[in-house]
Amino acid sequence: MTEALFQKIGGEPAVNIAVDIFYRKVLADDRVNGFFEDVDMEKQAAKQKAFLTMAFGGPNHYTGADLRRGHSHLVKRGLNDTHFDIIVQHLSDTLRELKVKPEYIAEVGALCETTRNDILCR
Amino acid sequence: MTDITFNGRVFPCADGDTVLEALTKGGAPVASSCRSGVCQTCLLRAVAGPLPEAAQKGLKDTLRSRGYFLACQCQPTAPLHIEGPGADAAPLSATVCAITPLNRDIVAVELRCTDLPLYRAGQFINVFRDPQTSRSYSLASTPGLDPHLTLHVRKFDQGRVSSWIHEDWRLGDTVTISGPVGECFYLPSNPDQPLLLLATGSGLAPLYGILRDALRHGHRGPIYLYHGSRHEDGLYLGNELRGLARAHKAVHYHRCVSQGDVRADLRLGRVLDVALADHAEVKGWRAFLCGHPDMVKQARKRLYLAGVALKDIYADAFVRAPA
Repeated sequence: MTEALFQKIGGEPAVNIAVDIFYRKVLADDRVNGFFEDVDMEKQAAKQKAFLTMAFGGPNHYTGADLRRGHSHLVKRGLNDTHFDIIVQHLSDTLRELKVKPEYIAEVGALCETTRNDILCR
Repeated sequence: MTDITFNGRVFPCADGDTVLEALTKGGAPVASSCRSGVCQTCLLRAVAGPLPEAAQKGLKDTLRSRGYFLACQCQPTAPLHIEGPGADAAPLSATVCAITPLNRDIVAVELRCTDLPLYRAGQFINVFRDPQTSRSYSLASTPGLDPHLTLHVRKFDQGRVSSWIHEDWRLGDTVTISGPVGECFYLPSNPDQPLLLLATGSGLAPLYGILRDALRHGHRGPIYLYHGSRHEDGLYLGNELRGLARAHKAVHYHRCVSQGDVRADLRLGRVLDVALADHAEVKGWRAFLCGHPDMVKQARKRLYLAGVALKDIYADAFVRAPA
């Protein structure tokens, strides 16, 4: 079902464009950029691309356990629902800038929502 | 069915299997994460054999040109020889053929290799004092222009390798180095793109190589080089670089000091600040960074936030080892 969303948004080329805009917004936002500091920016951007691919319903093999493992150190540093909401907002803003249809943006938001509890390790 | 040779062992690869699957089945698992060609954890390098296009999708152009690919996306159709990342850093012998002071703390060392390895201007080598002690030095030489490998070695008081080079190396000595590695180099893919080169201290070395390599390839876009140091006596190769700027209209050379007086030929401030003050619009540019780790880190972030795409920012992440 979600593979269709990925294609409607524009597939991999769309992810490449979106990740550049999205990650720039995240890094410029002092409310959340502390969680993205002190890491290799290239690797971090690749991870953001993986996240966007997943959020767009594209091919991925991440499991809930992968997401928990990848974020537990950030949860210990205080990552919470507010930060999660800010990241999802940056993603919606990115898609709006790219003139993605509102109903697709809503679908992306719903897909993000399914990862919330795993990312926040609950 | 085809064969994969990995670190000298042969692994059968069934039709439709990826390199990652074949190596895992064969008992040589490679680190992986997303298994979707995105996270780049399973990066390997092909030394011989054709790579399917999908295996290199999304990789930086300098990685692609050196045969790097993603094991999880690579379904080989013909025999493939591969190695882990960094395996090209195997030791080589070289002869010291020139040592030239560049300023008070930095010497240029030229190394002659009987089999001069293929390399790109801007890559680095490791110099071994003993098998356990090595340091990375960027190449200042440019293939096709310079007959030898050139390093710019700054002496650190407690530096176990740099003081050894400064005090003990003599012409004719045989020394052990690695083959050239690293992804910070020029590719002639977009000859009209403006280039921004930011260096501090002996970080000028790879950018001096890259600058001359870009000119050698006929780069047409403007090239802005900012070289910084705390004081003027930390700068070097000034005459050579002024000469290049005179000979090539596209080359703009700025000497920056973070302390001292401003003069006509000297800018006051850190290289990143001076460069961003000169150029408000850097979107679409290509940037090469080398020098103090804090400068590289800050520049990567600020240039990206100013609109430079991450794929257009080149810097090798080697960190100066503690003494």
